[in-house]
Amino acid sequence: MGKGLLGIEPLERPEIEQMLERAREFQYHGSGPLPKLNVCSGRLVVNMFFENSTRTRSSFEIAAKRLGADTLSITAAGSSVSKGESLVDTLNTLVAMHPSAIVMRHAASGAPHFLSRHLMTPIINAGDGTHEHPTQALLDARTILDRLGKLDGLRVAIIGDIAHSRVARSNIHLLSKFGADLVLCGPPPLLPPQMASITNGVTLEYDIRKAVKDADVVMMLRVQLERIHEPAIPAGEYFRFYGLRLEHLELAKPHAIVMHPGPINRGREISSDVADSQRSMILNQVENGVAVRMAVLEKVLLQ
Amino acid sequence: MKTLIRNGRVICPASNHDAVSDVLIEDGRIVGVGSGFSASGATVIDASGLIVAPGFIDIHVHLREPGFEHAETIETGTRAAAAGGFTTVCCMPNTKPVNDSAMVTSYIVETASRVSPVRVCPIGAITKGSEGEELASIGSMADAGAVAISDDGRPVMNSRVMRRAMEIARALNLPVIDHCEDLNLTAGGDMHECVDSVNLGLRPIPSASEDVMVARDIILAELTGARFHVAHISTKNSVAMVGYAKQRGLRVTAEATPHHIALHTGHMKPYDSNYKMKPPLRCSTDVEAVLGGIASGAIDCLATDHAPHAGDDKMQEFEKCPFGITGLETAVGVSLEVLVHSGRISLTKLIAMLTCEPARVIGWKGGQARGALTPGYLGDVTVFHPEYPWTFDVAKSLSKSRNSPFSGRTFHGGPIMTIVGGEEKWRAPGF
Repeated sequence: MGKGLLGIEPLERPEIEQMLERAREFQYHGSGPLPKLNVCSGRLVVNMFFENSTRTRSSFEIAAKRLGADTLSITAAGSSVSKGESLVDTLNTLVAMHPSAIVMRHAASGAPHFLSRHLMTPIINAGDGTHEHPTQALLDARTILDRLGKLDGLRVAIIGDIAHSRVARSNIHLLSKFGADLVLCGPPPLLPPQMASITNGVTLEYDIRKAVKDADVVMMLRVQLERIHEPAIPAGEYFRFYGLRLEHLELAKPHAIVMHPGPINRGREISSDVADSQRSMILNQVENGVAVRMAVLEKVLLQ
Repeated sequence: MKTLIRNGRVICPASNHDAVSDVLIEDGRIVGVGSGFSASGATVIDASGLIVAPGFIDIHVHLREPGFEHAETIETGTRAAAAGGFTTVCCMPNTKPVNDSAMVTSYIVETASRVSPVRVCPIGAITKGSEGEELASIGSMADAGAVAISDDGRPVMNSRVMRRAMEIARALNLPVIDHCEDLNLTAGGDMHECVDSVNLGLRPIPSASEDVMVARDIILAELTGARFHVAHISTKNSVAMVGYAKQRGLRVTAEATPHHIALHTGHMKPYDSNYKMKPPLRCSTDVEAVLGGIASGAIDCLATDHAPHAGDDKMQEFEKCPFGITGLETAVGVSLEVLVHSGRISLTKLIAMLTCEPARVIGWKGGQARGALTPGYLGDVTVFHPEYPWTFDVAKSLSKSRNSPFSGRTFHGGPIMTIVGGEEKWRAPGF
């Protein structure tokens, strides 16, 4: 069975290092049009997005195209899923067309893991429910390395709706493997106490000022209203207690950077002056998305 | 018609009998246990080297008929029951339509009388459509053969409705079986709340969702004097509360399922729906507490919660899959392994938890009495081997469904022969 990328948790540190290094080689520093490589020509990558996405989907598409692979993107609204077909049947139909890899986003945690037990085609997880989003963690790591030069020993604060965040889980697993110090912070209903035990080096904090104190990296998460069936905290209180403002950044290390997987909600989890500040890596993250996904696709397609 | 079962080690916990003896059944009823019975005119069954016990009773199964015949029928479910060594099963009312009237109860009783190799005793719904609001026709269902009431799977949230149901059940001397789950606390959860649920990004089902309802129902049982039975108990606090209720002399009983004592969250294959059921597999501390409750007597009996689901329904995203696994054919093998071979309880105690104890929970009387080899009782006998190795292959299951986490597992000991009313209904291949 072909090996895809389902999550960060099962990976070993050298595999991650290898992908991050390869992504660095794919970074583009020129000014003209993006150069196209042909290392993966003849391969077909199907992007199967059962959940809306702008940046992840376009990033995977650009990455595949730059590698010279053919791409086909399908969104749930236009697919047979909206006609009541089961997930297994939909994927089997696609597999019959012999793609080399399937990039998949799905609202159910574990959907790609479940499918990978029934399909031969490698699956790259582009986000499954509230579980993992491995390429986001890789591009975040690439971004931190670009700016701070290392991951081990860093103090990283992840702030927001941890409970419903697949970005948080993938980042926690990745950064923990590299020996980072992780501080998770959010309103108690969105920060389950068990989160402290999912891997090594994780502590919980309910006060944003304590969380950002001496941090090298501050990662903000979007409040995922679509996954919350009941308000965990009144909307007005959220920004007051957990929204990142410039005054908080003064508590962090002088070189500290601010990250956000996007899309950002200005004035809800992050103030505009922070989002637009020199410390904000938000657009660097987007840019690294292409390089990292090229590295992942190349690895999966050429194995 | 006479049946003579010879030379087996006969264990009848209710009568404290444990010796190599013969069992004579005539005209469907137990005549006696002993030796020197005349074999003339009798069908003779040689049980040398085997254990002969009262017929096993499972008070918690889902037969899916009427309404969900694609997953199971009364016929296929009861054939699986016979292959699991069970001579009586009590079926939950969450069919379509819900068994909330004498008409549905009679349909099940009549269908079973035609197609079932074992005895089927329906459990009636507590509320109409199991919607938790208006009480079902409990008295009429009891007249039609219902032996208990329950809104299994869709538990009654309104405490006043539960109180009224218990008052009526008490007058009719029916046990009230509750699937104890506060649906507001569960909030659509898929897996026991623990580190794994957080890590896997699955919505959590806290132990507290069971605990608060067990507490409520014990309090209501005290208020009403009803017999309250906890279905598939799975948490440490629930076991403690049932133990306390028993100490205080309340009429509270509990069952545990084989899967809740054999498996904990650490055994789950991530996102494999063969490990998805309600209550969910709990953590090892809860499993240890349930095992402790079995040893101490806080938990009265075993029951499978056999919950067949069609392959298509279980082949989905984990969060979309329905709850439940099959259990009839693996119950004896799993229980022997986890409880007896491990030295936690005696073989006699295990047999009690499958015979006289579930019989006491339901309270069959007079001509319906069962669960012991007492003269005049129903002539139901389970013959089993306590040690022979066999491997469960779900593809060969007699159930219509295939949702079991135990496929491929080798057990030591299992049913050999299932005898109902003196008639052999099933025999293990090769015996």
